[in-house]
Amino acid sequence: MNVQITDWPDRLFATLKRAGIRQVGYVPDAGHARLIDRCRADPDIRDVVLTTEEEGVALAAGAWLGGERAALLMQSSGLGNCVNMFSLARSCRFPLLMLITMRGEWEEFNPWQVPMGSIVDPVLKLCEAEVYRVTKPEDVESTAERAVQHVFGDERIGAIILSQHLIGKKVWTK
Amino acid sequence: MSGKLERRAAMATLLADRGDDLLVVPGLGSTTYDLAAAGDDDRNFYLWGAMGGAAMIGLGLALAQPDKRVAVITGDGEMLMGMGALATIGIQRPGNLAIVVFDNGVYGETGMQPSHTQSGVDLLAVAAACGIGPCLDVRDEAALRDLAARLKDLRETLFARVLIEASEPPRVLPERDGVVLKDRFRAAVGVKA
Repeated sequence: MNVQITDWPDRLFATLKRAGIRQVGYVPDAGHARLIDRCRADPDIRDVVLTTEEEGVALAAGAWLGGERAALLMQSSGLGNCVNMFSLARSCRFPLLMLITMRGEWEEFNPWQVPMGSIVDPVLKLCEAEVYRVTKPEDVESTAERAVQHVFGDERIGAIILSQHLIGKKVWTK
Repeated sequence: MSGKLERRAAMATLLADRGDDLLVVPGLGSTTYDLAAAGDDDRNFYLWGAMGGAAMIGLGLALAQPDKRVAVITGDGEMLMGMGALATIGIQRPGNLAIVVFDNGVYGETGMQPSHTQSGVDLLAVAAACGIGPCLDVRDEAALRDLAARLKDLRETLFARVLIEASEPPRVLPERDGVVLKDRFRAAVGVKA
């Protein structure tokens, strides 16, 4: 993967640590690779690899019932898997912090990523999630901080959208 | 009837003298009614939706509250929808988590249509294949009492399939307001924002 040389995943990790995140659910994703590595290496974070993203919505609800904060990492295709499970967060007002890497919006080689990638924002809005979109590395940390405040302060759903421009394009031929 | 266990009696046996430290997450539908029928408790987190999510709620809760015991008590249909959770739980294996499936082979909430388990899909074998152990096959009163005793002394992630009859006892409907359920549960557990 042709990632720009930047430390934005480390800044996201620092934000999660300051927020006191103790459980991180994720479906493996190239855009989140460094953040996943940081979470897995941290003894105070329980990393929970999921078989599908909606498991993470339920995991985060359980964590909050037990007094812990969780975060959910996924790529845009995973958002569609979560839609019914969002009923749990919406009906009970569970805080749900999602970090979503985008596919299908810029320099996308795989056309199958476009159908879901192109409807991420409206789906999130229909699900009453606040959208925090980041396109520049220097904005990652401040935007993520705002999302954390909103999600855990107000017990709401918030999604930090990491644009494909930020992440860089995936290289398909090796 | 077949001699299988009766669901309300089974729930009552599992929760008798439950203790202050047992937190219970049922699935939507019949197991939520069974849990309410066994006696309302602030440490019950009833589900009215989120089908397929009960086991994962239990996982997040068990990880967050390692000094308390967490029992997910759900139905075969609900577990089938979230079967991947057994793989996820199989590699986490918190010692304070029990997944109990009341298996009657039908979708009771929607008109008793047959579920996959009636045609041979074996959730006990799935759980075992996912690395969860012990996996208990509960088919009679003695095995049920053994499961109840194990729930009181949880030491490792446990899975149990409880074979119950396909009955439909009168519904006992608990609180439906999710915010109320969440807030009272958190207060009972003693956690703050």
